[in-house]
Amino acid sequence: MTEPARQFASQALAATVLVVPGMHCAGCMGKVEKGLNAVPGVSAARVNLTARQVRVEHDPALGIPALVDAIAKAGFASQPRGEELTPPESAAKPLLAPLAVAAFACMNVMLLSVSIWSGADGATKALFHWLSALIGVPAILYAGRPFFTSAWGALKHGTTNMDVPISIGVTLATGLSLYETAIGGADAWFDGTLMLLLFLLTGRVLDAAMRDRARAGVDSLLRQAAPGAMVVSRDGSLQWLSAASLVSGMVMRVAMGERLAADGMIANGASRFDQSLLTGESGPVAAGEGDLVHAGTLNLDAPVDVRVSATGADTSLAEIARLMDAAGQARSKYVRLADRASRLYAPAVHMLAALSFAGWILAGAGLYQSAVIAIAVLIITCPCAIGLAVPVAQVVASGALMRAGIMVKDGSALERMAGVDRVLLDKTGTLTLGRPTPDVAALDALDCDEAAVTLALASHSRHPLSRALVETLTARGVTAADLSEVGEEAGHGVTARWNGHAVALRRPEAASGIATALVLGDRPIRLIAFADRLRPDAEAALTQFAQLGIAASILSGDNAGAVADVARATGLTAQASASPADKQAAITRLQASGRKVLMVGDGLNDGPALAAADASIAPGSASDVGRQAADMVFLGESLLALPRAVTASRRTLRVVKQNFVLAIGYNVLAVPLAMAGLITPLLAAVAMSTSSLLVIGNSLRLVRAAR
Amino acid sequence: MNGLAILIPVALGLGMLGLAAFFWALKRGQFEDLDGAAARILIEDEE
Repeated sequence: MTEPARQFASQALAATVLVVPGMHCAGCMGKVEKGLNAVPGVSAARVNLTARQVRVEHDPALGIPALVDAIAKAGFASQPRGEELTPPESAAKPLLAPLAVAAFACMNVMLLSVSIWSGADGATKALFHWLSALIGVPAILYAGRPFFTSAWGALKHGTTNMDVPISIGVTLATGLSLYETAIGGADAWFDGTLMLLLFLLTGRVLDAAMRDRARAGVDSLLRQAAPGAMVVSRDGSLQWLSAASLVSGMVMRVAMGERLAADGMIANGASRFDQSLLTGESGPVAAGEGDLVHAGTLNLDAPVDVRVSATGADTSLAEIARLMDAAGQARSKYVRLADRASRLYAPAVHMLAALSFAGWILAGAGLYQSAVIAIAVLIITCPCAIGLAVPVAQVVASGALMRAGIMVKDGSALERMAGVDRVLLDKTGTLTLGRPTPDVAALDALDCDEAAVTLALASHSRHPLSRALVETLTARGVTAADLSEVGEEAGHGVTARWNGHAVALRRPEAASGIATALVLGDRPIRLIAFADRLRPDAEAALTQFAQLGIAASILSGDNAGAVADVARATGLTAQASASPADKQAAITRLQASGRKVLMVGDGLNDGPALAAADASIAPGSASDVGRQAADMVFLGESLLALPRAVTASRRTLRVVKQNFVLAIGYNVLAVPLAMAGLITPLLAAVAMSTSSLLVIGNSLRLVRAAR
Repeated sequence: MNGLAILIPVALGLGMLGLAAFFWALKRGQFEDLDGAAARILIEDEE
């Protein structure tokens, strides 16, 4: 800590958490932390790279804008994390301590057991059994708690889950071992019980860690768009308010390129609005004074003042949210593979144990011997490898997908994705990039000077078309010309002087579709048309879908003309002008005819469809709603991510099934031995760890699943 | 038997030490940001 920092430490410090989605390496972390520490009043800044956040402790007098500015100077966009300062509850963390205790106890008890197996006898054996009990019993009580509480919860509600046979097996085995130890018997099962808990906890931790990691990634994406607006107060001053604190009647000033935070009526100014996220319509819609505009639309041309008419739950967005809630319920009925397995497994295990107990009693064995055999059956059938079969495969696969730029929200998404046989694609923003890009032919027609002037003019504007021009021209290696007297008139364009000529980049007088006009002195006016381009690899992705046996079609909210263009380019059938409810209905219809539907969409209007489909993916550029509703989010522009996700999911399902075969195969071998009374603690330990290692090894093959 | 009387407590003690260290690390937030911890070693300190 530096000297000035220490002074602040004595005062009460304020803590602010900022989300910085752009950070991804050590260099970024260093820049952000150094930038913040250089601000007077900041006493400490620490980046959490996993959550893409930085926690700043600072003088309360220092405002959040100063912190955002400091991070902006370091080259990163950031947003304060408002509501809750504490990070969301992690699922894996509470399981780490039981896992550590189980591992410690398992190792030490195993050490003692090995000596017993290799022939320790008499007093030594008794001592070792007592030592094992001393370590084992408290450890089993502590490490088994997650299972006991879950099993108790299930039993209280009159249901059963995987944890019930585990808890019964563990409790009986511990009791039997204590009894054996006390009477100086032959075998104690502390080692096997602890090993069982260790493997089961490993599976649980992996499963939870996967969900934590995916959630951290999705959270940092979701928080990118802080909804809010610059509100004009009566005396004319401007103030930034979050969307939640907007009240109808307020006037918000919406800058060019900004999204509306609430529904409202235009009070001043005129502009065009991009509604593609809301309705799927690709063409901008013009609106002037007195016209209604909706939350979630993007202001394209000029700053406007909007009088808020509806906020929060009243907006057009809220209707979509209601549809989504209803749609999501259908999906929550999906039963995960592991749970389905345990539903069959738990009764079978108890039945076998009861059968062997009854069988031995009938065969004339004593009560004690029959109980020992029944418990051995319970221990040996406890679903050690079965508990690992699903999570390990899913963790490895989702890690591979994450490296390929696809974020999986939870394991059941992989299971549902593997089953799809039909895909519906939204048009705007999904099949296409969702933003206008300049026509290549028009750019080719520009000579060197014209290109240089266009780039220079465009770089002075924040208009989406200008930004698209800058991006494309820079990528082509054009360097900007030197301009003087640059001026921008909102809604009309940028004007300047270049080498004594008047130059301008402005709205064309008459043009169909979206375009911009370049005026350069006396030269003929150049018209540069813009169009929403198909995503790269769209055709390759569709071909791969066909190879996977998945039929594809377009489901768009855009008008028939625009959809027909894309349908022709891709060769797909299409449904146009679909409302959010229409999209959902189309999916329900397909599901009713027995298809498993994958929905790919980005807009707010796709939200209900994404939630209703059997599985769904959204691009990283999607609306908040889209990303939240989807099972997976793919980053980058290439559509090849879609077939890749399906292929990886199918591979995962295949490996999971193999794992079940391995795990159950072990039981088929071991259970008859146990029922015959031939299983010793040594055999149980060897069998248990071998089958678990086999399952883990088989799952690791999925490291390359996303290639 | 005498050897065991020394060695077993030593083995258990060492194990407990490791367990205690893990609990300490868990409580102190050492497992909060594994990606960041991996990257942090690459940040150059100018002090």
